[in-house]
Amino acid sequence: MAEMKVNLCGIELDNPIIPASGTFGFGYEFAEVYDINLLGTFSFKGTTKDPRFGNPTPRIAECPMGMINAVGLQNPGVDKVISEELPKLAKCFNKKVMANVSGFAIEDYAYTCERLDACEQVGWLEVNVSCPNVHGGGMSFGTSPEAAAAVTRAVKKVTTKPVIIKLSPNVTDIVSIAKACEEAGADGISLINTLLGMRIDLRTKKPVIANKMGGFSGSAIFPVAVRMVYQVANAVKIPVVGMGGVSSAEDVIEMMLAGATAVEVGAANLINPYACRDIINDLPRVMEKYRINSLSEIIGGVQ
Amino acid sequence: MKQGFYTVTENTALTSSVYRMKLEGDVTGIACGQFINILLDGCYLRRPISVCDVINTDREQAIVILYKVVGKGTEKMAALSIGTTLDVLTQLGNGYDTSCSGEAPLLLGGGVGVPPLYLLAKNLIAEGKKVSVILGFNTKDEVFYEEEFKALGADVTVTTVDGSYGTKGFVTTAMAEKTYTYFYTCGPEPMLKAIYSASNTSGQFSFEERMGCGFGACMGCSCKTVTGYKRICKEGPVLVKEEILWQK
Repeated sequence: MAEMKVNLCGIELDNPIIPASGTFGFGYEFAEVYDINLLGTFSFKGTTKDPRFGNPTPRIAECPMGMINAVGLQNPGVDKVISEELPKLAKCFNKKVMANVSGFAIEDYAYTCERLDACEQVGWLEVNVSCPNVHGGGMSFGTSPEAAAAVTRAVKKVTTKPVIIKLSPNVTDIVSIAKACEEAGADGISLINTLLGMRIDLRTKKPVIANKMGGFSGSAIFPVAVRMVYQVANAVKIPVVGMGGVSSAEDVIEMMLAGATAVEVGAANLINPYACRDIINDLPRVMEKYRINSLSEIIGGVQ
Repeated sequence: MKQGFYTVTENTALTSSVYRMKLEGDVTGIACGQFINILLDGCYLRRPISVCDVINTDREQAIVILYKVVGKGTEKMAALSIGTTLDVLTQLGNGYDTSCSGEAPLLLGGGVGVPPLYLLAKNLIAEGKKVSVILGFNTKDEVFYEEEFKALGADVTVTTVDGSYGTKGFVTTAMAEKTYTYFYTCGPEPMLKAIYSASNTSGQFSFEERMGCGFGACMGCSCKTVTGYKRICKEGPVLVKEEILWQK
């Protein structure tokens, strides 16, 4: 019998599959087409202190085996997420949800996390440190160990739930950043966020995306993600959530062998709305093929 | 949203760049003004295409789409042979609402904005409305579907920018001559803006935007409206005149 349960920062998941933030909204578009309670959990749309419209359109560009997005963290703001989105979600999802939080100043992160920490439905806080620091010349928090650690400390101070720091891959040494977050009190690390990318329209000679650059995701980035998950998982003691281009049950197992305790699925949800359901249904077959009895036993099992 | 597998039963050129494709399969629940999202071998993202017609007879159930070859995805579509099976998401978007049309609605289509108006015209005529259609193109060689709209019983005017066929000018040139109770339109944004300014009734506009998912999950196609942020793929593609905020 295939055992798919894993434990993520003290909370048991029925399986390690977690739709990634920004590809699953607040769940209901998907709840219309399948029962989302079969997921391990999901990470909801990146939430900020204030409502945001995000970037101008076009926000999307196609790439070989992937896509670039520059949505710009469109979200209704934490007040509306708590008063409107979470009650709606409660009607179609009875598990703990992962709250994904973004900010442009350390105080914003702390404020939003403190508010969401008080919500019964929230199981984990996933803190996206890839956003630019408005007080730091626009440099992303996630590009320096000090800034990432400062966000971690500020959030930990005002929360009680497990805090998972979501790291940007657009850095020279991701291990030093992961370690700094661990030392600052992070309960887990998730990676990788999207890779900075760009496309140019040959006809107009203009960038395809209005924001010029955006986050590259999809199958094409999977090997980069496996490598970084492997590096980080070997350097920290806290659990690692692996993501980046995962689109099959085989990818999930590869990510777990690299060191991931749970696995997020992102862009694949946008191409196939049933992607996570299909992966979960396919996992027992692939586990049997590779003689895996329990997924939790293969975490970090690469030889 | 519904996922289905469809068989290509027709894929023919109407002009040098516009093709008509028939996709045989489930046609239940598809409304006029909605779009479908097609997965193609070798393309990462699906390709959203508006529904031109739904055939639902004892002998045939099929979705008809008209598409213009403009890039990699539509080039691949044009090369698809009869019998190919495609993974398609259907019932996407908020289509045209025929209930506000009044007795004599006017339909205005520009270029590849023409297709979704066909099923709309068919439905309006079935409801007993007196339908007028203005189809705008750049030049004679680009004209398509004039006869098909006439066959439905619509009063059809064709305009060409260069005057090589029909009325010389834009759809708004012909619009000035018409009396109508309401209007529906789809086409390039400059045309939509011109209609917005020239129209003297309310109406519905179908918009186009680059999409990620096409079903409301990624926020890739959001726009600002009078009544808040809307997703072109979910609350759109059809927006009512009074809620539109022009951005650019």
